[in-house]
Amino acid sequence: MDLIESYREELQLIRRPWTKVWVSAIVLALFLLPFYAPEHLIYIGTIICITAIGVQGQNLLIGYTGQISFGQAGFLAIGAYTFGHLARFGMPWPVALLSAGLMAGLFGIIVGFPSLRLKGPYLAIATMGFGIAVYQIFANSEVLSGGRMGLSIEKLQPILGMAPLKFNYYFNFLIALLLTLASYNIVSSYMGRAFIAIRDNDIAAEVIGVNLTRYKLLSFAVSSFYTGVQGGLYALYLGYLEPNMFTFMESVTLFVAVIIGGLASIEGSIMGAAFVILVPNLLSSYKEMVPVVFGVAILVVLIFEPLGLAGRWFKTRLYLSNWPFR
Amino acid sequence: MERFIQYTISGLSTGSVYALVALGLALIYRSTRILNFAHGDVTTAGTFMAFALLGMNLPFAAAALLGLLFGAAVATGFYFSILVPAQRRDATQLGQIILTLGLGLIIQGLVTYFGGTEPHSFPFPLSEFKIYRVGPITMSQLGLGTLGISLLCCLLFYLLVQKTRIGLAMRATSENLPAAQTLGIPTRQVLAFSWGLAALLGVLAGLFLAPALILDPFFMLEPFLKGFAAAILGGLNSLPGAIVGGLILGVAESWAGGFISIAFKNTLAFLIIILVLLVRPEGLLGEEFKERV
Repeated sequence: MDLIESYREELQLIRRPWTKVWVSAIVLALFLLPFYAPEHLIYIGTIICITAIGVQGQNLLIGYTGQISFGQAGFLAIGAYTFGHLARFGMPWPVALLSAGLMAGLFGIIVGFPSLRLKGPYLAIATMGFGIAVYQIFANSEVLSGGRMGLSIEKLQPILGMAPLKFNYYFNFLIALLLTLASYNIVSSYMGRAFIAIRDNDIAAEVIGVNLTRYKLLSFAVSSFYTGVQGGLYALYLGYLEPNMFTFMESVTLFVAVIIGGLASIEGSIMGAAFVILVPNLLSSYKEMVPVVFGVAILVVLIFEPLGLAGRWFKTRLYLSNWPFR
Repeated sequence: MERFIQYTISGLSTGSVYALVALGLALIYRSTRILNFAHGDVTTAGTFMAFALLGMNLPFAAAALLGLLFGAAVATGFYFSILVPAQRRDATQLGQIILTLGLGLIIQGLVTYFGGTEPHSFPFPLSEFKIYRVGPITMSQLGLGTLGISLLCCLLFYLLVQKTRIGLAMRATSENLPAAQTLGIPTRQVLAFSWGLAALLGVLAGLFLAPALILDPFFMLEPFLKGFAAAILGGLNSLPGAIVGGLILGVAESWAGGFISIAFKNTLAFLIIILVLLVRPEGLLGEEFKERV
């Protein structure tokens, strides 16, 4: 759309002045959400912020690096339980949250090793096997999962005299904002371009000097770090964990969010996260229909709009800016 | 020693069902390079159809047959109405796999909507509680019937693929699609037939599993994943491999459950998946996979 003249410009987060206005308006609107929205919406907004983190991580892996993973629930569980156990030992939350991400990242590297040899469908199965194995280990081990009563975690005390709901929204919103900025920077840095090169053709990428082993593993590590942080925030927000929160369906939901939001797009990840959280909330009286809506959305997106909501948004913008020509 | 034989036989019985599921998965993977994530859900749909028809006082044979046909029709319909248009729009291999995931979600939702989430018990002509004894070894009528009929179906399937004209066409199509088209094989019909046949095998497994487990919309999830493990173990693109993999997995699970611990039994399949993919991704009897970077 626009010509990029220098490397500096390529690295810029926002290139045009009007985009700056729009983005700051949206961020401001989200920031002020607790002042005008009803309580239910604030609650949903908080969950969307938390989910958006994991979806971005998943998108870095699937959309940018082209490595498929059906095992995100495993990383989610590892992050959540690491956070839960550390918090129960009296660790302060920033340390616990970071360790949750790092622990998940470590397991991400371990799961990443098969990705060096396996491709496409085989990798999908390997990661799916990992996700389910993690779930079953948690479900069968009382020491890890906190037994039949689940693991309860002390919630954060609000600061500045805010109501708990409002405080939680700001807390998660700011962390999500931070990680979103981080993922924009990852994508436009050397790392992100290495990921994209691997996705487009891994042999060619290696020929031009991308260290395939390092960047494939790094992609798994970063993606599962995000998912681990999501798990930690989830644990902190709900204050309660049980293994049934991390079944195969959870992996599928994260996957659906990436596909519907749009592959290789960070805005898309956020839209996808909003989609998978809003649909079950809107259809709360027709719970059975939620998977049907997800499934139909996948079929429609893959056949008619392969780039998902982000692709649609991009085309709409293009149409409006070129109007009345096409 | 008696326990060993006992576990082996009950393992073979479970394993033969896994083999049926794995055969369906391998059949589709071999001919279209698609992992069918909807296989379990198509199976559930067929079994629920049979259950609903039984509720309308149809004889068992008719209900089972209609259930099988329903499953096959769903799979064939999916192939023609979703997969073929997607392929015309150059959907990637990964995209097609995700399409099956979407179909699985849709079926799962619809089955839950029409069938309800409460568990049912599935009436079946063979009983789980009628027990035969040979010396110290016991075997339920259901287990014995499952083993016998599954192995019979595997044999029939083998004959179909190896000895008939349509089997020849199926092998040709999976070997080299453009060449098969050039030779005048109606590949689209052949592939649709493969999808239907795979669903048929799946629903058959579902019919045997429904009385042993409890029938609810998610009852096929675990057998489906185990079937996956079996197919991987035997080699995803090998049909004999699927049968061998299924039987090995069933026996290994039964031993693990009997000699180690019940909790380990369910995790075993997924550990097998990861191990096989790490050590020998092409599986026991598969070929393929010579690429290395």
